[in-house]
Amino acid sequence: MPLRKDIHKVMVLGSGPIVIGQAAEFDYAGTQACRALREEGLEVVLVNSNPATIMTDKAMADKVYIEPLTVEAVQEIIKKEHPDSLLPNLGGQTGLNLAMELCESGFLDKMGVKLLGANPETIAKAEDRQMFKDTMEKIGEPVIASKVVHSVEDAVEFTREIGLPVIIRPAYTLGGTGGGIAYTWDQLREIAATGIMYSRVDEILVEKCIAGWKEIEYEVMRDHKGNAITICNMENVDPVGVHTGDSVVVAPSQTLCDKEYQMLRTSALNIITELGIEGGCNVQYALNPDSFEYAVIEVNPRVSRSSALASKATGYPIAKVTAKIAVGYGLDEIENAVTKKTKACFEPTLDYCVVKFPRWPFDKFVYADNTLGTQMKATGEVMAIDNTFEGALMKAVRGCEIKLDSMIAPRIQQQSDAEIRKGVARVDDQRLFHICEALRRGLMTIEEIHEVTTMDTFFLHKFQNIVDMEKELASAEKIDKDLYLRAKKMGFLDKTIEQLSGKDISDVKRLPVYKMVDTCAAEFEAETPYYYSTYDEETEVKPASGKKKVLVLGSGPIRIGQGIEFDYCSVHAVWALQRLGCETVIINNNPETVSTDFDTADRLYFEPLTPEDVTGVVNAEKPDFAIVQFGGQTAINLAAHIEKLGVPILGTPAWSIDAAEDREKFDVILEKCGIPRPAGHTVMTEEEAVAAADQLGYPVLVRPSYVLGGQGMEIAHKEEDVREFMKVITRNKVENPVLVDKYMMGREIEVDAICDGDDILIPGIMEHFERAGVHSGDSISIYPSINIEQKHKDTIIRYTEALAKNLAVLGLVNIQFVLYNDQVYVIEVNPRSSRTVPYISKVTGVPMVDLATRCMFGEKLRDMGCGTGLHPEGDHYAVKVPVFSFQKLRDLDTQLGPEMKSTGEVLGVATTFREALLKGLIGAGFKMKKKGAVLISVRDSDKQEAIRIGERFEALGFDIYATSGTANVLNRHMVATNAIRNVDEPSPNIIDLIESGKIDYVVATSVKGRHPELGSVHIRRTAVERAIPCLTSIDTASALLRCLEGDIRIENCEPVDINTI
Amino acid sequence: MKKAYLLLADGTRFEGQAVGYEGQSIGEVVFNTGMAGYQEVLTDPSYYGQIVTMTYPLIGNYGINFDDYESRKSWVSGFIMREIAEYPSNWRCKMTLDEYLKEQKVVGLAGIDTRALTRKLRGEGVMNGVIYTEGFEPDEQTIEAMHAYVVKDAVKSVTCAESTVYPAEGEQKYRIALYDYGVKYNIERELQKRGCEVVTIPALTPPEDVIGKFDGVMLSNGPGDPAENVEIVENLKKLLASNIPIFGICLGHQLLSLAIGAKTTKLKYGHRGVNHPVKDLDVDRTYITSQNHGYAVVGESVDSKIARVRYVNLNDGTVEGIEHIGRPVFTVQYHPEVCPGPMDTSYLFDKFMDNIAKAKGGAQ
Repeated sequence: MPLRKDIHKVMVLGSGPIVIGQAAEFDYAGTQACRALREEGLEVVLVNSNPATIMTDKAMADKVYIEPLTVEAVQEIIKKEHPDSLLPNLGGQTGLNLAMELCESGFLDKMGVKLLGANPETIAKAEDRQMFKDTMEKIGEPVIASKVVHSVEDAVEFTREIGLPVIIRPAYTLGGTGGGIAYTWDQLREIAATGIMYSRVDEILVEKCIAGWKEIEYEVMRDHKGNAITICNMENVDPVGVHTGDSVVVAPSQTLCDKEYQMLRTSALNIITELGIEGGCNVQYALNPDSFEYAVIEVNPRVSRSSALASKATGYPIAKVTAKIAVGYGLDEIENAVTKKTKACFEPTLDYCVVKFPRWPFDKFVYADNTLGTQMKATGEVMAIDNTFEGALMKAVRGCEIKLDSMIAPRIQQQSDAEIRKGVARVDDQRLFHICEALRRGLMTIEEIHEVTTMDTFFLHKFQNIVDMEKELASAEKIDKDLYLRAKKMGFLDKTIEQLSGKDISDVKRLPVYKMVDTCAAEFEAETPYYYSTYDEETEVKPASGKKKVLVLGSGPIRIGQGIEFDYCSVHAVWALQRLGCETVIINNNPETVSTDFDTADRLYFEPLTPEDVTGVVNAEKPDFAIVQFGGQTAINLAAHIEKLGVPILGTPAWSIDAAEDREKFDVILEKCGIPRPAGHTVMTEEEAVAAADQLGYPVLVRPSYVLGGQGMEIAHKEEDVREFMKVITRNKVENPVLVDKYMMGREIEVDAICDGDDILIPGIMEHFERAGVHSGDSISIYPSINIEQKHKDTIIRYTEALAKNLAVLGLVNIQFVLYNDQVYVIEVNPRSSRTVPYISKVTGVPMVDLATRCMFGEKLRDMGCGTGLHPEGDHYAVKVPVFSFQKLRDLDTQLGPEMKSTGEVLGVATTFREALLKGLIGAGFKMKKKGAVLISVRDSDKQEAIRIGERFEALGFDIYATSGTANVLNRHMVATNAIRNVDEPSPNIIDLIESGKIDYVVATSVKGRHPELGSVHIRRTAVERAIPCLTSIDTASALLRCLEGDIRIENCEPVDINTI
Repeated sequence: MKKAYLLLADGTRFEGQAVGYEGQSIGEVVFNTGMAGYQEVLTDPSYYGQIVTMTYPLIGNYGINFDDYESRKSWVSGFIMREIAEYPSNWRCKMTLDEYLKEQKVVGLAGIDTRALTRKLRGEGVMNGVIYTEGFEPDEQTIEAMHAYVVKDAVKSVTCAESTVYPAEGEQKYRIALYDYGVKYNIERELQKRGCEVVTIPALTPPEDVIGKFDGVMLSNGPGDPAENVEIVENLKKLLASNIPIFGICLGHQLLSLAIGAKTTKLKYGHRGVNHPVKDLDVDRTYITSQNHGYAVVGESVDSKIARVRYVNLNDGTVEGIEHIGRPVFTVQYHPEVCPGPMDTSYLFDKFMDNIAKAKGGAQ
């Protein structure tokens, strides 16, 4: 059946802010879906609270609502827009849950809105534990046997049925406290007893233990005709027990024979058929490594992270096809976009090996718990393609930007044998490198490692191959052509070969060839130039079109500080270049993004962003120019290398990037412009840092240069802070100096500007709600500003212009200022795109990336129709609110500071500041409770301001609790406060109070957190784990109060279509 | 490490590493796009006379086991892959692929650019070639033989000499004569599973030995050019006339089509893989099928009074199956018995059972 006749206007739900477990993959999916629907001539209404996404771009949908993804807010939009249908299965769990709520309440029916691609019954069958179990039983698909019990005897009885070993999971304890694996009956009795004791409700789950089984995933699709196909299967290198998002994953499965492959494939298709899903679906399996026994772990009845990976791994556009199916097409009627000859109803086959490697935040969050389990902790991932598993793995590792070029981790090399053995047994982000080191030292055999890790020996042998090659290189008399080629096929960089062998390889060096990802293993000719490198014979790079060719560098994996916004910029740069008549080439390795979609750029290279990998692409494509300023720090770091290859960089030159980061060069420029900045020094060692701090006077700001997201940046209040931070910074080799600056606690202001060489255009001046000291990415940011006097705005415009010109900016520049004692200081200049570009582009209507790209080609701002200088302020307020993933990162202090911690952001848009703030906070997940109880525990410097906060909560009718110091101050100032015992005092204390569930908000600030053993960190962690909003800055608390006070409700706020601003 | 080579009829030579048996072998070079299932491919008699290239680069990962053979030996003339697994891993693994190739005297070649070879075959069509190990370089005579090579007398070379009886699983419902043109074990297993006693009979068994003695006839898959089997086609005409239920797979489908006067043609590079979409025109459903054939039935040559094309390949529109009019006879070009491949069309065996049941019901 072709397009359904009863569909004309479709609402698409996005997935909201980026959090761990729900990242850019849904922007990719949503963007593909919007394009697919508009291709059909349908009107699209998009709702997503995340302003950094491409899907919320004006061009992506007819109506774009950057509004909270809550039932109340979306109901208002439906009332306003009257869509006839709703597409729920492309917005992650958030979108799906929201759609189900809207449907179950009867609202959709009442409004005459059809749910496409899913229906509540089938969703419940996949999501509801009991219904899922029943459904699987009905169709004879095994699930992991489990039972909820309340006594040791029941636990024993059930275990008799299913056999040892079993896992005991106590209900309602965090992080599995009191649980464990029982291998014997004695252990079972003991663990069950403790588990019941720990559980608040005397309840434990007894589950068959399948730890060590293979974890296999299938991505499947189905249409309304009943056609059902597999897109891709994947095997986790880490066996069951580690979340698939935290596993190294390989596609296709490597250790399954055809019988096993087909057994699980049949099962997956039976499941999608029984659930009646129309569109994409993901099924996860545990497969016994010693038999044909398997169990269904989970079914995701929607497009997921794995489907983004499967799409990129195979070239099959899952989201696009899902959207087409939802509006009525059969798989046999949809064109295969890669071959343009065949149909979407077939199963992709790979003639290469794909490895996904997670990107964890533990390089930033050094005190967070880095063990891996069932809770995902990675913020992003990279994918790599090669002809060998070894090659793909090595590409993935070096593309992950974790300062590694191979499986050799210098920090692990220094560890003792005992530490290595421990590392092999400990399931964390370093385990793979510990395994390689154990093999390297001959400390453990493959069988021993298999015993400990239960990883399949197939993979362990592959690691062994890599280690053997390291050794062969190190002991080689000379690197001949054969050895060189074997090393290259395993993914060794020239640099690594030289380092390991100490030999000259210039005679044997060669560049890779490029092969196409074509969904069909070359059986049909492909139209889409989607390439990967490999050391083979034949290259498939298509000849140049004759147009000017521009290379755009992407931004690699999503990590804290470098998120989806840089993909937004890269993709917009590609589009702008295409409009300018250029042929575009993109390099990126992030499977979650729009930039790595094969129809974004004219040519896509799925490659790591390292100098050698980029050299290969430059040699194959011979671009006329390159653009680096949109790909975040990843691309900026490659600027000098690309210039050296003889490719001119469009826009701001590499020296300017250096001048903005290099303290001395930057000071010269500031002096020339007469712009003040907080006093500071450049240091290399801990001692120099202490001396600098003494000279400046505390508090000081300590930060490494050439990093994004304030990585490693901290405010030091005393000498031991400086020493602690310097130790962390210098843990890895210090290549760039460390900056120590006087810390000024003023109002922070940020601008993004475009410069054409003569004029500048500032789309807007953004003001931070929190005072300086909180990283700009973690502050609530307001546009247009509400507290900045005209004279300061004038100063900011003047400074921006002077800095842009003196730094020879051509394109984008981001500048951060602090307003302190009525004077404007410059804190930081970044001559590149920034985190705020997408949102400010959307709310001001200034297409920043487009204008910046045209500037690079010599066009002038004054001819582009957006004006110059400061763009006139609009009549809408836009408030950006950061979103964190604290619940997923155990032991991480939630205290906001100069180092960025947020993973994503939402935007609130309204005609008044207060409404915009309310939308922002609700979008970020705050519940607006008008009464209840608040707990306040603040550092001495905040105590005076805490009085006002206390008063305002009291006026609203909140009960106030505070630790003794804070309580004294509040009570003395007539704020009735209940004093409670602090963390280190006997129970019942503050922790018991938080755990009692009585508290609705926590305001907790502390002098210096970080270390999980500190009391104030404990308070904040407990709040996070109980899902109680915890405000770690007086200013944020004040922002919340502004929304609680007065009578504004989300239902009364007009939804704003940003296409009309 | 020893080298090995593939020399193609067009003069292209690929150099790689010798695996398996050392020697020299001539064959028709084809490619298979399945990502798993190499053991089944190696033992599928339909590959008789062919040098098979696997497009998936990592082959041999799960080794060779004793359960997944599709016939008693390997039939390929040579085996080509990007990388062979030295250390396979699977609970059923009994030997490495390399060991098996040696045992079966299959000349192997690894480490070549299999994608470049596949692209060549896609562009120019399947091609003759000689695969050889270092030290077994082909002389002029061999090269001439390579050029002149055609897969000949294929069915005669692979069919069984005597019939074998395979008992039904559980209660016996029917007796099936299974013509062995190069049969895969799983056809037997699928029938046994459905309560059939299966008698696998030599390809040239006269129809008189079958008619009236069996409840149904199964025509197996097999190698070679269907048109060379003139005698078999004549036999099939007689079988058809008897009105006995017939189900034909792959070569069986082609031979039966020839028996009703249709024509077959050689495809440029064939269909070999486990991801081919086939549309059932009667019910507007598409199934993913396992395929292995170099020839196809010409759709226009099927006399619409005798039979109609019911199944077509969604990719290239070629004939994938025929339903006979007024007779309990149907055939498919693809492999519902899979091994390797997706099991989506195993219902066709049930359909065969239904046809037999109906025919028996009618006879009573």
